[in-house]
Amino acid sequence: MVISDKELWTVIHGMLLGALFFLAFSGIWVTLFSLHPERMAGIEQRVSRLKAAIWATVGILWLTIITGTYIVYPWYRAKPPEGADLTQFPRSYLLASPDRAGWHTFGMEWKEHVAWLAPILITAVAYVISRYGVTLVKEEKIRKAVILVFTIAFIAALAAVVFGAFLNKAAPIK
Amino acid sequence: MQQNNDLTNGPAAAAFLAAGIGSLALGLFVILAEAMTSVKNALNFYNPVGPLSGKTTVAIVIWILSWIILHSSWKNKQVSFAGVFTASLILIFLGLLGTFPPFFTLFGG
Repeated sequence: MVISDKELWTVIHGMLLGALFFLAFSGIWVTLFSLHPERMAGIEQRVSRLKAAIWATVGILWLTIITGTYIVYPWYRAKPPEGADLTQFPRSYLLASPDRAGWHTFGMEWKEHVAWLAPILITAVAYVISRYGVTLVKEEKIRKAVILVFTIAFIAALAAVVFGAFLNKAAPIK
Repeated sequence: MQQNNDLTNGPAAAAFLAAGIGSLALGLFVILAEAMTSVKNALNFYNPVGPLSGKTTVAIVIWILSWIILHSSWKNKQVSFAGVFTASLILIFLGLLGTFPPFFTLFGG
């Protein structure tokens, strides 16, 4: 039952915060689709819960991206000293073999950049939901825009999470 | 239902367009860092993280500044939401493209 600090942070970044994001996403997505002029019953409560959920998601995403970039990523990209065991240095370990290099040159290179788009987009979505509230029900164009941007943000986050999971299999941070 | 009835669409348009500008900025800095070693080195704000620290910090600053400017300009205005949102989607798409390795490595020096 021993876990290193590095492994713990990887779990917090990828599994805990990542899982919370996916849970929040599904709830928010369903609620966004329920904002319809023909479904006005309980609209105030639904919008109120939506606002709380979207701002919680904003917090989760920013925490995920900041812990990933400034705590976990430096361990991933650390340069090994001469003769070091490369399994302790994920980036160098992956690049040392042509069979594994793609996990870095495609997987990590995409993950580390695309992940940053998600919190930017979700923050915009959260602001619009808070600003317009129940008015979103009649503002069809804005409501559809919210759903579309939220979905794009999810896809960006999904790409990062999926490659994060595979990278942690291919070259775990220990 | 009363408190938001007088809202214009300007604030929403500003938020989405600024997000598009921030996305584009990130994609652009990824490409510039790939294409020019001088830019890559200049963006190395924090050595353990490398150029990623600069690419993301500058993109975030551009996103926030553009949001402040757009929001100030449009907060009480009704704008062509469809046009602004289409522009925002194009910028977001370009940002996504700029972060995609098979694309940005085309600019590798």
